[in-house]
Amino acid sequence: MIPAAFEYHRPKDMEGVLSVLAEHGDDARVLAGGHSLIPMMKLRMADVPHLIDLQDVGGLGGIDVADGTIRLGAMVTQAEIIAHEGLAKAAPILREASLQIADPQVRYMGTIGGNVANGDPGNDMPGLMQCLDATFTLVGADGERQIAAREFYQAAYMTAREDDEVLTGVSFTVPSGGYAYEKQKRKIGDYATAAAAVQITRDGETCSGAAIAMTNLSDTPIFSDAAGAALTGTQVTDSDIDAAVKAMLSDIDPTEDNRGPIEFKRHASAVILRRAIARAWSRA
Amino acid sequence: MTDKMHIKMTVNGQAQEFLAEPRELLIHTLRERLDITGPHIGCETSHCGACTVTMNGKSVKSCTVFVAQANGSDVTTIEGLGTPDNLHVLQMAFKEHHGLQCGFCTPGMITRASKLLEENPSPTEEEVRFGMAGNLCRCTGYQNIVKSILAAAAEMNAAKEAAE
Repeated sequence: MIPAAFEYHRPKDMEGVLSVLAEHGDDARVLAGGHSLIPMMKLRMADVPHLIDLQDVGGLGGIDVADGTIRLGAMVTQAEIIAHEGLAKAAPILREASLQIADPQVRYMGTIGGNVANGDPGNDMPGLMQCLDATFTLVGADGERQIAAREFYQAAYMTAREDDEVLTGVSFTVPSGGYAYEKQKRKIGDYATAAAAVQITRDGETCSGAAIAMTNLSDTPIFSDAAGAALTGTQVTDSDIDAAVKAMLSDIDPTEDNRGPIEFKRHASAVILRRAIARAWSRA
Repeated sequence: MTDKMHIKMTVNGQAQEFLAEPRELLIHTLRERLDITGPHIGCETSHCGACTVTMNGKSVKSCTVFVAQANGSDVTTIEGLGTPDNLHVLQMAFKEHHGLQCGFCTPGMITRASKLLEENPSPTEEEVRFGMAGNLCRCTGYQNIVKSILAAAAEMNAAKEAAE
């Protein structure tokens, strides 16, 4: 419950953030909503001598839907995502997924940037961002760079973000077609036993494209290119869905924990993906 | 040990100013420094919601906010909602509909419910259950908490209509 002492910084701009990061390196961490970092600090699992609060840093908020592109500032909260009508219209899968993340209090504080940068495979947004083929913007001493969500995750808590970089936003093309974020969990606020993000487009009776990503079934989110490809060009019959599920199962690598043994997680992930595809297809 | 910070915040309408280590959790500030002991601590993993307060218009779990972050903020706790002689509609409804037993989750429940009804003045039963999902209760089984909140919503809406 009691975190270790730290030096607190609340810069007004990104320059201020970067200068603390440059000065203290590994000893400094940014604080967004605080709802993964503070729990880890309270358990003394995260050691953060210098905490950089981003709440006053300009330019990290805002939801923009314009010219076929959606851009979310890193400090946009889950509650803001849920409340934003324009976003719900342009990319309804975000509201559907956000409503399955945590609980109301956590959603008022927890941010999209924190969710995707955390690196915990239990987080829901990373898989969703891979499904949407989102791009993350990072700022460091050498300036800004972009990296695809599908390239960002390396292992549990290991991402392509360097220690002296800050994730400032996510952006993606307005998705088209049907969508579903389906999540099996033990209770409200739990990380997924298995979850699937699906976007699917249709041309008449035929699936013209599908993107599928799985949550908490490996040490990173899993974008299953093969699962999406298995649906493309089909009529999304039961046997086509079987093929997509089979492809997904060869991409995931779940581990046993108190959410269940590996075989159960494989079973649950198949059920969840079937449901997600069916729902997305019905909406396409 | 780090240097103490000069903290200013408004709690239940009263300006507060003090020196505190940045790592102090808002729940400890309220309970131990300001003697506002309605908000409780039921866990160390941010699940139970017994510490829920309203900070800058948001329901937050004050166990997961550093006092340094709360510097400059406006906080309302259960003590700011009503008094024993003049209960808030929600407090009265929890009393009448037996929405509490041990009372440990109640301050967080009612503070959260006050924000829920502000955002959604006429929730369905399902919306109440989902909107209160960040608050655990070990005594009631939730049923009477839901009843209490729905009753308070009806009463607040009737009062609003009467006033118009």
